[in-house]
Amino acid sequence: MPLQLMKGNHALSEAAVRAGCRFFGGYPITPQSEIPEYLSARLPQSGGIFLQAESELAGINMVYGAAAAGFRAMTSSSGPGFSLLQEGISYIASAELPAVIVDVQRYGSGLGDISQAQSDYFQATKGGGHGDYKCIVFAPASVQESADLVVEAFDKAEEYRNPCIILSDASIAQMVEPVLLPEERGIDPDKAWAVRGKHGGEFKRVTSTMYYIEDFDAYIKNKYDTMAHNEQRWESVHTEDADVVLVAYGISSRICKEAVSEARAQGIRLGLIRPITLWPFPVNAFSGLEHVKAFMTVELSALPRLDEDVKLACEMRVPVRHFLGGVSIPDSSVITEAAIAILKEQR
Amino acid sequence: MVEKRIPQLLVEDNKFCPGCGHGNINRVVAEVLEEMGLADTTVGSLAVGCACLMMDTFGVDWIQAPHGRAAAVGVGVKRVRPECCVFTYQGDGDSLAIGLSETLYAAIRNENITAIIVNNGIFGMTGGQMAPTTLSGQRTTTSPKGRDVSITGQPLNIVNQCRQLPIGYLARGSVASAKDINKLKKYIRAAFETQMSGGGYSLVEVLSPCPTNWKMSLEKSLEHIENDVKPIYPLGEFIKKGEKTDA
Amino acid sequence: MRKSKLSEYKMIQHLERCKGCGFCISQCPSDALYLSESVNSKGYPVAKIDEGKCTKCAICYTVCPDYVFERVKGA
Ligand SMILES: Cc1ncc(C[n+]2csc(CCOP(=O)(O)OP(=O)(O)O)c2C)c(N)n1
Ligand code: SF4
Ligand code: SF4
Ligand code: SF4
Ligand SMILES: [Mg+2]
Repeated sequence: MPLQLMKGNHALSEAAVRAGCRFFGGYPITPQSEIPEYLSARLPQSGGIFLQAESELAGINMVYGAAAAGFRAMTSSSGPGFSLLQEGISYIASAELPAVIVDVQRYGSGLGDISQAQSDYFQATKGGGHGDYKCIVFAPASVQESADLVVEAFDKAEEYRNPCIILSDASIAQMVEPVLLPEERGIDPDKAWAVRGKHGGEFKRVTSTMYYIEDFDAYIKNKYDTMAHNEQRWESVHTEDADVVLVAYGISSRICKEAVSEARAQGIRLGLIRPITLWPFPVNAFSGLEHVKAFMTVELSALPRLDEDVKLACEMRVPVRHFLGGVSIPDSSVITEAAIAILKEQR
Repeated sequence: MVEKRIPQLLVEDNKFCPGCGHGNINRVVAEVLEEMGLADTTVGSLAVGCACLMMDTFGVDWIQAPHGRAAAVGVGVKRVRPECCVFTYQGDGDSLAIGLSETLYAAIRNENITAIIVNNGIFGMTGGQMAPTTLSGQRTTTSPKGRDVSITGQPLNIVNQCRQLPIGYLARGSVASAKDINKLKKYIRAAFETQMSGGGYSLVEVLSPCPTNWKMSLEKSLEHIENDVKPIYPLGEFIKKGEKTDA
Repeated sequence: MRKSKLSEYKMIQHLERCKGCGFCISQCPSDALYLSESVNSKGYPVAKIDEGKCTKCAICYTVCPDYVFERVKGA
């Protein structure tokens, strides 16, 4: 199949259908609306269901129902809408069902603004909803990854029977790039656990699995420990000899990559760790980096978010600084300068 | 004369309080599903409230919906598995307070599901707080001097809300007497028949006692339904086969 | 098919399910039900049938919220 030019949100939507997604329930909000728009036309073509829900609350719960019935199901939102999804995500995790939730991040708390941001990091990685659960959080940094990671998200959601989140942002979602779309897959909804009537067997109860699992605390901890151990994804760029290593995901990581090249051209040993999964945070990326003098996180947010996980990952052996882009995407040269300043400080 | 056997769908004793109307409604729904041959193909979307107590005792496939969202969860199932019989079982707080939007939108879209809504005029599970259906002047733990409609607004009548909508079936029954329960069974059967014939959204509201939180004996509770609740929430079939009735 | 007769049926009670609410007693048209002195394993006083008065109408089956009554074939 040839490369084609596509918008991030469209590539993600098309890849979701090819990954077997057959249900979308959601509500419009910029900058994710291209996802429901695309799927409203595309899902019916493949025998799937698109339903514009009356709210995000309804949307995530329709997804809960469709997922319980065994179908690959998805919703997407942004900002305030992502907040409204959280109770439902907690229920889906608690019932150990697969589902994919896309958050195309926008800037600000409250109503905020439609421009790109990375402020929902905690909400996505540290729970968001109530109780003891985690979602695998994938952070695409390109249109190609928007397509690839949604397929991965559906597969992992089913493997672990746990919701997965795609944490995108307005710029990755809106940019147009060449993309190689995944192959179309078949669907397999008649899983043993899927509710579809008991058909002569035992009746099934989709609810918090804690009611039916012995030693649930240990069971669920083990589940998330296993995910944390097995599912870390990241890309390392010139970390092997770096003095300062940038840590950034999504749109910020692209600027950071430029900064690394620019710095290297000037003889400055800058590196980059680009988490592809935000939960589990790729702590393994930080092993063997004893030569690194400092880390610097780069995020599009007004308050630091990522630096907490980086501090934990490097066990505070070296300083962890942050660079906050706020509402605007910084120029790579500004990041290089900030990194040089940190380096000077360390000498 | 025929045998009267407890439906096999009632796999365990129910966990409701003495005299609770949920028990009657459970049995009637179970009878109808069995008589219609739907026991094996039904998926229920269960509300948060005393409805939760059914999950282990009523033997159909269940999904525990978040509080208020049973309709949305049921819609998710029905849309991907139209061959299944899908129903919601909800209290009045769940369906008409926190979940009014989901309840109404399922009706507005004429979703081909069945909603069973238990009107006991109160939040039972959480200890007797005011519900949308609480009568004017009725004492609850959050309206200790009686519901003051100048503050809370009038009691919510879901039948009136749905009557103007293009839905398949709409009725209000009661479990306050043997006669009422026999009628209720006809309503619930008609509701499921509507769904199984593709006739669109069906809703049956059921007036039901909560002796525990009404702080009344069952006898007094039944009198209360007869004298105070029915005049505000009249019984009957309001939409049949998509047509408004004269009721 | 021969019409089955009253005598071919009996009422049975699952008294361990009774919660003593009294609904059956208030609805029995023949005054055949009474709340007995004995309590079941759940600690509720149970409703009992006076077989001399019972007409096997099964109204108690209809109203009991706790699945206590059944009308079954058998002497
Ligand atoms: C989001 C949320 N808010 C509040 C609750 C607490 N809660 C549980 S049941 C309930 C009310 C149930 O009342 P109703 O729907 O009338 O059911 P009943 O118990 O009377 O049958 C409430 C408020 C909850 N579980 N979730
Ligand atoms: S609290 Fe009320 S509604 Fe709930 S089980 Fe008891 S009587 Fe029934
Ligand atoms: S069968 Fe009829 S007469 Fe006999 S106890 Fe029950 S209600 Fe009363
Ligand atoms: S109605 Fe049922 S639970 Fe209530 S007293 Fe009679 S037998 Fe017992
Ligand atoms: Mg209630």
